Amino acid sequence: MKGTEVWIADGSQTVGPYFRIGLQYLVERAPTLVPGAEGTVTIRGRVLDRDGAAVPDALLEFWGANAEGKYGSVASGTDFPAGFYRVPTDGLGAFEVTVQRPGVSAAGDGRSQAPHFLVLVFMRGLLRHLLTRVYFAGDESNASDPVLQGTPDERRGTLLAQPVVPGSTLMEWNLVLQGADETVFFAW
Amino acid sequence: MSTLNHVTPALEGTQPAYNFPPYVSSVARSPRLPLVLLPETLTERCGPVFGQGLLLPDDNDLTAQQGGDPQGERIYVHGRVLDEDGQPVRGALVEIWQANAAGRYRHKVDTHDAPLDPHFQGAGRALTNDDGYYCFKTIKPGAYPWGNHHNAWRPAHIHFSLFGAGILSRLVTQMYFPGDPLQPLDPIFNSIPDEAARQGLVARLDMERAEPNYALAYAWDIVLRGRSETLFEEARR
Ligand SMILES: [Fe+2]
Repeated sequence: MKGTEVWIADGSQTVGPYFRIGLQYLVERAPTLVPGAEGTVTIRGRVLDRDGAAVPDALLEFWGANAEGKYGSVASGTDFPAGFYRVPTDGLGAFEVTVQRPGVSAAGDGRSQAPHFLVLVFMRGLLRHLLTRVYFAGDESNASDPVLQGTPDERRGTLLAQPVVPGSTLMEWNLVLQGADETVFFAW
Repeated sequence: MSTLNHVTPALEGTQPAYNFPPYVSSVARSPRLPLVLLPETLTERCGPVFGQGLLLPDDNDLTAQQGGDPQGERIYVHGRVLDEDGQPVRGALVEIWQANAAGRYRHKVDTHDAPLDPHFQGAGRALTNDDGYYCFKTIKPGAYPWGNHHNAWRPAHIHFSLFGAGILSRLVTQMYFPGDPLQPLDPIFNSIPDEAARQGLVARLDMERAEPNYALAYAWDIVLRGRSETLFEEARR
């Protein structure tokens, strides 16, 4: 800040029901990854509201490191950012996204982080996006991840994508907006 | 081993609550358990960087995308994207979408009985230049009804989505037009508690940028969270 004036960030407003008009293009201009391809993992799931009803108009954005645990480079041969994925839910409230599996990355304080994505959640009804993270169940580095281990014990499982069968690269992860199984969301 | 700071929650009153009952659909879609403090790691301090190659030539001209002039009042919408130090955010991706002049979206779930315009798609995007500047040419959107409560109408607005430096700068919001009498009646607009913060979403009529006999202009500067200089260095490391 150095004694200078601090500007206040603008207020958030909902994406509303019609965001596909403006945001779908990026899904179409993104490089496609084939499910099951070397180094990829496919995350699929549903977004559920208070009543367990599927949310057919949600948009998820995933942000994470590349396979080497580095952030923020541009995917080779494109102008698309590596480590960034945008996926809307379908009419049944389901999503499926194939991503490069991130590597172990630096936390910034000398510790390391388990493979994960920061996930931004947008939908009609959310005036401000939600922030959460998804990790991969069974990864041994989860046990020492500073963010995952800072979540309440009884809710930590909501951040773990589970393989559909042991060892599979097809992982399931549901987002629960409200209720007993509510996903851990972060303050920001 | 140093310790990680937590992500600082937004200044009181400047952001809407997740659960805001006047906006009815917020009630079943907002969390009730306590939000968890998030250590600010490299994940949060870096963010995606988008290249110019992702954009098409007419992406920032919504009047030129569909082979003819759209109906309505032609306008420019322009401004600067700034960080919390008031410094320009360079290379910020700005994505917009909006209703047409009659208040109708080109979307299958919009059932408002107002005409579609064959010459208007209603979507645009741009990357800010080295001054943090963006500019769109479009038409002024109409007000439209929605189902929140009896006789509910949204004030005219343009949806904005922004990526600044670092993923925590991510902002999705709406830009409003000055002097719109629907604003005080709108629960979405009024979800931002602080009056000054709310008015920050209202653009300013800009007669310097307006073109005589051609188009009016509205100026809207957008402030994103974070500090772009340091964050961009890390994002590009
Ligand atoms: Fe809208």
